[in-house]
Amino acid sequence: MLYANNLILVLIFLALGIILPVASIYVLGPILRPHNPTQAKRSTYESGLEPIGDARVRYNVRYYLYALLFVIFDVEIAFLYPWAVEYHTLGLFGFTEMLIFIVLLVIGLAYAWRKKVLEWK
Amino acid sequence: MFAWQNTPMTGLHLLGIIIGAIIVLLLVLITVMYEILAQRKFIGWIQRRIGPNRVGPWGLLQTAADVLKLLIKEDVIPAKADRAMFSIAPIIAFVPAFMVLALVPYTMNHVFTAGMNVGVLFYIALSSVSIIGFVLGGWASNNKYSLVGGMRSAAQMISYEIPMGMSILGVVMIAGSMNITTIVADQSHSQFGWYIIPQIIGFIVFLIAGIAELNWTPFDLPEAESELVAGYFTEYSGFRFAFYMLSEYVYLFAFAALATSLFLGGWNGPILPGWLWFAIKSALIVLLLFWVQATMPRMRGDQLMSFAWKVLIPVSLFNILLTGLLSLFV
Repeated sequence: MLYANNLILVLIFLALGIILPVASIYVLGPILRPHNPTQAKRSTYESGLEPIGDARVRYNVRYYLYALLFVIFDVEIAFLYPWAVEYHTLGLFGFTEMLIFIVLLVIGLAYAWRKKVLEWK
Repeated sequence: MFAWQNTPMTGLHLLGIIIGAIIVLLLVLITVMYEILAQRKFIGWIQRRIGPNRVGPWGLLQTAADVLKLLIKEDVIPAKADRAMFSIAPIIAFVPAFMVLALVPYTMNHVFTAGMNVGVLFYIALSSVSIIGFVLGGWASNNKYSLVGGMRSAAQMISYEIPMGMSILGVVMIAGSMNITTIVADQSHSQFGWYIIPQIIGFIVFLIAGIAELNWTPFDLPEAESELVAGYFTEYSGFRFAFYMLSEYVYLFAFAALATSLFLGGWNGPILPGWLWFAIKSALIVLLLFWVQATMPRMRGDQLMSFAWKVLIPVSLFNILLTGLLSLFV
């Protein structure tokens, strides 16, 4: 089985995924839809009132902490996948090695839990 | 196995798979149309309503009429929005949703399925690209509701992506491959049967995390209609709005297909042809999600985040260890 052919199929799906929205928004759309922007239409929605201030404000730092935790655990998953594929050949040795790796990360999770990073307030 | 997968690509093969991919695209669009109708009908019945029944016989053309209506609506871009980002965000959200369908094995003779060796990992990687589309849409709208919705969806989707990735790991460990086609083929002659049996914990975690990834009802905080006015797509109108909705429903289809392939044996089954088994199983998963949507109340934000980090991640780590022990000693 030629591996490159699979990638060509994925690339064709990528191209179709771009062509469909671009064609319907920028080619088919302008023919069918009206175009009559007024000041009132183009104002930002805010419960029917005049918008107060700008939406680009400083945001809660808590989201940033979750993003950091996410990076750590997502990298962990990226390491776990190749291990999982070869698990049958690695056997008990592979199991013990990964046990150590997972325990280290669980300690990290427990630390974050203890430090109340996981509390959403 | 068909010729284009084994021989170097010729012009004719290329033309063939382009046409095949277009057929898959059209089939998916039709499926999604009827998924939306099925959702409205099914939830209608649960709530003792009739559901849509005016457009076409039995309401069969309702979704087509809705799409047509969206196509002829004016495309409003708010004056304060970041024009370029605002325009590109729905496309970024849609492209990975459609791209993951290249990996789904519908039948045993997977004609238009890419049998990539990194299949499952590729699926997870692509589905996280969509998050950028949602956050970008929320930020570019320059609307407070959209920003809150976009940030919430980012936090929720990255949190639930970890248990989702970990729950699939158990399947990869048993099958010894990330190739979705191989995983499905393995389930026909595995000593455990379909992987839902040895991986029942993994399946439950996968289902819950998948519902959260789809922003589906108990976890639909990013687009809570009653408080955030649809969240990250408040400012979108016309066909850009349609592409956000479309990407959500294509993901629903892709998620059901992935759950079917990884846990429910894909096209394996007696008597009936393979594609029909695949359709039945994925339709059952979709109906299960509609049922959940009709019965569950929305969760609170803090419960949502702590559920991912304090329940699902420890449980899925435990599942990995359990699977490891199981395949060592059985």
